[in-house]
Amino acid sequence: MSDQTLRAPQTVTRAPRARHGDEEAYLEVTDLHVQFPTADGRVHAVQGLSYSLPLRRTLAIVGESGSGKSVSSMAILGLHDPKSTWISGSIKVGGKEIVGMSQKDLMHYRGVDAAMIFQDPQSSLHPYFTVGDQIMESYRTHNNVSKRAAKARAIDMLGRVGIPNPGRRVSQYPHEFSGGMRQRAMIAMALVNDPKLLIADEPTTALDVTVQAQILDLIADLQRDFGSAVVFITHDLGVVAEISDDILVMYAGSAIEHGPVDKILGQPLHPYSWGLLESIPAVSGTPGPLHPIPGTPPSLLAVPSGCPFHPRCEYRDRVPDDLCRTLKPELIPRTADTGRTSRCHLKEPDRIFETEVLPRLP
Amino acid sequence: MLLYILRRVLSAISVVIVTVVASFMLFFVAPTDPAGVICGPRCTPERLADITRSLDLDQPALEQIGLYFKGIVAGRTYTAGGVERHCDAPCLGYSYVLGVPVTDLLARAVPVTLSIVIGGATIYLLVGVLVGTTAARLRGTSLDRAAVGSSLVIGSVPYFVVALIIALYATFLPKSQYTSFFQNPGAWASGLLAAWLCLGLTNSASYTRYSRASMIEAMGQDFTRTARSKGISERRVVYRHGLRAAMTPVVTIFGIDVAYQLVNTIFTERIFQLPGLGLRLLNAFNQYDLPVLMGGVIVGAVVLVTMNLVVDILYTVLDPRVRLG
Repeated sequence: MSDQTLRAPQTVTRAPRARHGDEEAYLEVTDLHVQFPTADGRVHAVQGLSYSLPLRRTLAIVGESGSGKSVSSMAILGLHDPKSTWISGSIKVGGKEIVGMSQKDLMHYRGVDAAMIFQDPQSSLHPYFTVGDQIMESYRTHNNVSKRAAKARAIDMLGRVGIPNPGRRVSQYPHEFSGGMRQRAMIAMALVNDPKLLIADEPTTALDVTVQAQILDLIADLQRDFGSAVVFITHDLGVVAEISDDILVMYAGSAIEHGPVDKILGQPLHPYSWGLLESIPAVSGTPGPLHPIPGTPPSLLAVPSGCPFHPRCEYRDRVPDDLCRTLKPELIPRTADTGRTSRCHLKEPDRIFETEVLPRLP
Repeated sequence: MLLYILRRVLSAISVVIVTVVASFMLFFVAPTDPAGVICGPRCTPERLADITRSLDLDQPALEQIGLYFKGIVAGRTYTAGGVERHCDAPCLGYSYVLGVPVTDLLARAVPVTLSIVIGGATIYLLVGVLVGTTAARLRGTSLDRAAVGSSLVIGSVPYFVVALIIALYATFLPKSQYTSFFQNPGAWASGLLAAWLCLGLTNSASYTRYSRASMIEAMGQDFTRTARSKGISERRVVYRHGLRAAMTPVVTIFGIDVAYQLVNTIFTERIFQLPGLGLRLLNAFNQYDLPVLMGGVIVGAVVLVTMNLVVDILYTVLDPRVRLG
């Protein structure tokens, strides 16, 4: 391994970004529903998801396994099999409507306007083709260029994502790469056609912590260079704080909290978000017991009535008339700040957080 | 890579040698009276003595094996009925029943068997993979169910029943006979067509199932999703990314399977009256022609070991992850 790969992770230096709401949305998801008919009934994986994202911003989508974060992002690339998936609502990317787009149009859209980095680069790269082959295939599918030009482009991209000796690495197979290098190659492949939207589906979950920091830095750097919008799917709140501008918390197929990252993490207004913060183990001070959120995420075959979080919510008794059980709350601004929204019936959630939750946090 | 192949070839040769020694012991050393068995029921003392001497059965066991190997490498001379007969290398012994060297007998039978298996295997590999991958793509549809169902039915019928039905009812097919490919390729193909169809049809069922399962697995892999996310055509996703990964296990099975077909075509040869290896060995069995059986064992061992070797080498070409130094 060369010394280049061993350098300490750089601190992220970012160009000043546009403030939320200032720019026209590049990605606009409106009332998205994704359902899978199964033998046991219809799995309602995404239930009325709406959000928008301008260029040069990063949105982190957070939630437990099965909360619909990956399913909604796969829908952005039109990757669900139309025969076994029922999708409604609207997904607009750069003005193009993706829901209901023909397979032929999807082919010209995927990889060009939007590209995706997957969780495990080990299984996401084809084991039988060289890394260069796979990058060149992406490039030549959308650009009418010679093999030689595509190879030069692949080498250039491998260099840009920080792979040392790209001229030699281009003709190696994925199994000859280390985990971090493999994910870099995956990123190079995703960015080879300059997509304006990059979806990263837990890109660092399979990597160790040092490599994880390097990959996060790399994505941030590349985002600045390419000026793209990034959707970052993760369940790691540490990653969220480091990389994103906005955060969208999902639970049982619905967004339950959405807004700028410093506000949502600094003062969350939903009991589920409180539970997420409380469940982070303290790494300093006296080690105490962990505080997991009680219960398990609901099955998407039978989502609880009303607020889907109510069976696990310790604050539901403070809402009168059993409202949590009967009526699903709207995703609306809950305080004077209209730049953030939350889906909860509780009165004065900001006061509850300050007086009850905050003192308990590690 | 070359070192790897060399190592594998050496180990393959040693396997064959061990097989030859073991079966030689079994045929000529262990039995109390191998010469009597070869000589048959209407044996004269002169003939018995003749056979015992020319098979070196009066020599110690080690000497016998040594002479047998010498025959394979350098050829040797047999004396049968007072007449000297030369047996060229690779000499696998001399058939006293038929009065010809074993090598000549097998050299005439092997091309027949090889022709049957090559044609049949081509048919079942092509049909099986084509139907299997198509069924995988149309998974869950009625076409898929029809493919799976019919492959189950065909696969459940005993092979010789299918062969008999083809032999009895498919009379519109050209008459079954063997002509050398080098003599007349057209006659070669038409004479073997019935046997090919029979072998191809019955075995295509299992290849349909292998390829379907393998293809379904490959299409569910993460790299297939990645391929799709790149915006390449579905055809390319299926045939370049999916099929490439799906075929590796199928090719492995195919290699070993072809080897077994080569030594197991006895039904096909019997029913379609083709003078191949299986039929030759069956006759040798009936006539207690030990030298011919011994030769058959050697050919079988060489075929199996060679195909194993070919599959191993092919595997390193197909899957870059198993490339070895």
